[in-house]
Amino acid sequence: MHRFFPIALSIALASAASNACATPPATVEITRFAFQPKEITVAPGTTIVWTNHDEIPHTVTSADKVLASKAMDTDDVYQHTFNDAGDVAYFCGAHPFMTGVVHVRRP
Amino acid sequence: MSDSDSNHPNHPADPARRRALGCLAAWSGAAVVWTVAGGVPRALGATTHGHAPAASKYALTFVQISDTHIGFHKDANPDVVGSLRRAIADINALPDAPAFVVHTGDVSHLSKPEEFGQAREILTEIHVDRVHTVPGEHDALDDGVAGYLKHFDHDGKGIAWYSFDQGGVHFVGLNNVLNFKLGTLAALGDEQVTWLKSDLARVPHSTPIVVLAHIPMWNVWEPWGWGTADAAAALALLRPFGSVTVLNGHVHQVLQKVEGHVSLHTARSLAYPLPTPGQAGVGEPGPVKVPAGELGKLLGTRQLNLVRGHHELALIDTPLDR
Repeated sequence: MHRFFPIALSIALASAASNACATPPATVEITRFAFQPKEITVAPGTTIVWTNHDEIPHTVTSADKVLASKAMDTDDVYQHTFNDAGDVAYFCGAHPFMTGVVHVRRP
Repeated sequence: MSDSDSNHPNHPADPARRRALGCLAAWSGAAVVWTVAGGVPRALGATTHGHAPAASKYALTFVQISDTHIGFHKDANPDVVGSLRRAIADINALPDAPAFVVHTGDVSHLSKPEEFGQAREILTEIHVDRVHTVPGEHDALDDGVAGYLKHFDHDGKGIAWYSFDQGGVHFVGLNNVLNFKLGTLAALGDEQVTWLKSDLARVPHSTPIVVLAHIPMWNVWEPWGWGTADAAAALALLRPFGSVTVLNGHVHQVLQKVEGHVSLHTARSLAYPLPTPGQAGVGEPGPVKVPAGELGKLLGTRQLNLVRGHHELALIDTPLDR
């Protein structure tokens, strides 16, 4: 097994390099009444996809309604594309102690 | 127009009611003994074909249910409709029949119209004239409580708070799931607190008060949102009254707090249990799965009785299974 490790590592590095030109969506998992990661930094133009893994519904809501998901049941997703630099604080509309923030920064 | 106006049915001074009683007394031809229990006049003896039902020992009896979560169908309870029906069977079998039922919120699980509709239909199986509801946060997921109000508007005003009088008790239904802001507890909001102040202004301090609200009106456990940010403002308005009973839901377990003449009680759910707060390793209020056969012991209903001559309510919490 150890003989294959250096080869596997170099393949992985090569793949990462070739993907650097695309902007894959970033993901935030809603799990155990928390947004994971709680803070995330993305470049303008990035789409973030939230997925609810809890048995209880949650929402993704910001005070200025930039983020305004419908009720998300288990495995429901919500996505938003962030085009402007800045910070967007958000919370769950049913459980406001669940909070997160998106930092949108030009790279 | 409030329910205590004398033109409203059931008000003691309502002229139509007086006429009805007078006509019925004349029809019976014999001496009729009337008792008023729960605002409903009941005859003893002559008009009941020889069978004399005992007068209820209570001036008023009603039942609280909570957190039915119609639409939930995961392992913690794959059949919430069945649990609700079991509770309804228990309520319909009570020897002291309740005058009405109150539901302290989370009627639905996802605020879907079909969930509200199904809940409303099933609640009609309870042998009472009325089920009074207040919304929980699971009922506020469709444009706030707009979806909930399409099915559960108390008096057609399009507002989720209200009051009514029955059996000599003043009931207040509050909505503490409409003011969610980032990082804070739920709140009643200034408009509702202002309304509460004017509503209570016309109630004598000797009248027992019952307050219905989904989220606890005291800080049960703030990290899980188990509290109401401006409850203190509401409790200050309630403090002058001789007997105040606050009935809450949300936490899916029975917890109580007494502050002078104000007693606050949360209730069991009819869907699934939630953990007790503050346990090591239990970080969030998610549904608790229990071994088969144990679920019924953790779900239940509550009967409330106003004892004649007393101002405090007597509470009886009963699980579905003992």
